[in-house]
Amino acid sequence: MKTLHKWFWLWEFEEEEVWLAQMAQQGLALKAVGFCRYDFEECEPGEYAVCLQRLAKPVANAESQEYITFVEETGAEYIGTVNQWVYFRKKTQDGPFELFSDNHSRIRQLDRLIYVTVPLLLLNLAAGVQNMIMVATLGSKINLLGLVNLALAGLLGWGLYRLWIHKKRLQDESELFE
Amino acid sequence: MGNPPLTEAVYYILLSLLQPRHGYGIIQNVQALSGGRVHLAAGTLYGALNTLLEKGWIDSLPGEQESRKKEYIITAAGRTALLQEYHRLCELAVNGEKFLQEEIR
Repeated sequence: MKTLHKWFWLWEFEEEEVWLAQMAQQGLALKAVGFCRYDFEECEPGEYAVCLQRLAKPVANAESQEYITFVEETGAEYIGTVNQWVYFRKKTQDGPFELFSDNHSRIRQLDRLIYVTVPLLLLNLAAGVQNMIMVATLGSKINLLGLVNLALAGLLGWGLYRLWIHKKRLQDESELFE
Repeated sequence: MGNPPLTEAVYYILLSLLQPRHGYGIIQNVQALSGGRVHLAAGTLYGALNTLLEKGWIDSLPGEQESRKKEYIITAAGRTALLQEYHRLCELAVNGEKFLQEEIR
């Protein structure tokens, strides 16, 4: 058993999947997940493929539970959930493993992530601007909180841009292909 | 006017549900029908099944007692959509044949 701590932003789910695939390729299969925490167990190199996605509803919700059972019934193994992100793995010998096989459903997944990011971005932007104005009227020069909010808003803006580019690419592809 | 074209996934799901099947059964059937070409992913299938249920093109059957697996079956409305898509695909194929005769042979 090996535990690693790593942080991925919401829009880095593909990087996360690639990293987990590389780990499995090295003989470490994801066994359990926690906040920024990944527990691995030893496996044959490349024995498992790992997939993750964000659930539409919290994991305790009946719909989410139904979905997890549905995916399990297709031969995948449920690993765990963190913040509505669900992780599955499947033995590579049982065939290719993906959670989405067409652009339509991939775009739907991206939309879900965009809907999560937009309110966070607006909230941080509003809080940052409000803080700036408030501190400026008080005449103080240092405004750490406002700056943190604005920096976060900038970061979320970058993430949103990446999600949007990804979605645009899939939409362009859909003009020609399914 | 009829429906817009169905996606490949939806067409094969409806075709599979001419008889009752559960999720994994659909995946296996679609893979067999397409000679291994089409592999429906679980998330894609789940989303499509829910949309088809909402549209009334398929129904879910009360599950068997010992099994939690839900089975689905096509409805009359689903059959109409499937048939319409079949005719559309035939038109595409016939026109393809007309203009690609030499290459096809």
